[in-house]
Amino acid sequence: MAEKPKVAFYWCSSCGGCEETVVDLGEAVLDVVAAVDIVFWPVALDFKRKDVEAMPDGTILATFVNGAIRTTEQEEMAHLLRRKSKLLLAFGSCSHLGGIPGLANFFDRESILQSVYCDSPSTVNTEGVRPSLRHKDNGHTVELPGFYQTVRTLNQVVDVDYYVPGCPPTSRILRTALQTLLGGELPPKGTVLAPDHALCEECPRKDSKPVDLSISHFKRPHEVLIDEQKCLLAQGLLCMGPATRGGCEAPCIQGNMPCTGCCGPTSRVKDQGAKILSSLASLLESKDEAGIDQALASIPDPAGSFYRYSLPSSLLRRKKLTRHKPEPVSR
Amino acid sequence: MPDVILNPSQAAAPPMVQQSPFEPRIVAFFCNWCTYLAADLAGTSRMKYAPNVRVVRVMCSGRVDPQFVLAAFAHGADGVLIGGCHPGDCHYQEGNYKALRRYRLLKRMLKQMGIEEDRLRLEWISASEAERFRWVMNDMVEHVRALGPLHLQPDKEVFAEEVAV
Repeated sequence: MAEKPKVAFYWCSSCGGCEETVVDLGEAVLDVVAAVDIVFWPVALDFKRKDVEAMPDGTILATFVNGAIRTTEQEEMAHLLRRKSKLLLAFGSCSHLGGIPGLANFFDRESILQSVYCDSPSTVNTEGVRPSLRHKDNGHTVELPGFYQTVRTLNQVVDVDYYVPGCPPTSRILRTALQTLLGGELPPKGTVLAPDHALCEECPRKDSKPVDLSISHFKRPHEVLIDEQKCLLAQGLLCMGPATRGGCEAPCIQGNMPCTGCCGPTSRVKDQGAKILSSLASLLESKDEAGIDQALASIPDPAGSFYRYSLPSSLLRRKKLTRHKPEPVSR
Repeated sequence: MPDVILNPSQAAAPPMVQQSPFEPRIVAFFCNWCTYLAADLAGTSRMKYAPNVRVVRVMCSGRVDPQFVLAAFAHGADGVLIGGCHPGDCHYQEGNYKALRRYRLLKRMLKQMGIEEDRLRLEWISASEAERFRWVMNDMVEHVRALGPLHLQPDKEVFAEEVAV
């Protein structure tokens, strides 16, 4: 009997939602197990890093890595899995674009550690203990992975073959991706394995989007009773649909909530945040500065809203780091 | 160390510490119908102004995609200037209003990204306003010069800091 192709799953800086997607395949997961051997999947199977290290290079047909790269350990694992795999896939928004953990790029390491270990209201840490790279206890030394200033996407660390978008990717997107990989005819390297059109294209409310859409001010979902049939932009809600890749079949819209942009941009767009900014701003009614600013005040956090999932992969990648110039060395 | 020093100044100068005064690099997007013509007029009138601006001609200020501005900053611009027709004068009726709306929102977003407000500027300059064009050029360069270099291009040093542990 011919050997089944080997597949691996790994997680870096993520929430575990992408692992849920695999489980959400339901009965179809049995077809997957029948077609492939899962050789590494820390969330579900008891294989260790040394098992992966023991494999010859290129053994694994495809590895699905979810999560952004934020620690030294995650970077090491990304390099290890890249070596062992013929195909490496960025699975889900975090590894594709940076995702929610990528919002940490609005801060630096110092302010994050200060907030988490000292300033947060529920923290009692009178001695100001911070995680350290090495700790000695009872004659043993334990090590923690290093924590980078900047969150990176998977392809900013290693070479990536394909991308599976979504936060998390829907089961259907995953199923299609698996079929593509096992089908033999591989798409060009770098392809995002989802349709290349904007969400509006497949939106169930597409017909209610006015041709000459104009917005006087934006409303947030808790401020209005949302009409379940009408285009959300036409109702003044900040919907990322025009600048976001489709393929998810609009579950958020069907749940009567605006798109937040998790599938990233289409192939024609470099920077999703800039594109939705361009689209939304041009829809405003007002023509004078004061009126425009007043309308825009109803978007309290533009960068956070427009780059909710894509800050590390955006053109600017992060908030500018305040550089600490080294002290001049006195002799 | 090279065996033969061809140029004595090479031996005298320590490597990589060449200190030249900061000259701002400014990328400008000018609309074809007004500001670009003002630049042309300033040139044919032999006006002198700061040479720090690299001009990109676009058909309308409404054509300036915010991605262009971010790409300029990300690739090493210290400032970005957008020039269009005065309100009401747009060759395409509404383009400059769209530019203004995007500019107001982009300014706020850049502030969140740690980029100083004076680094992005929108000016209405008509085809006959060569003098105003000259003033805007010089004023923009002086503002950006005062802010210093932006340093967004991820050189080795910046990268090392980002992945420091």
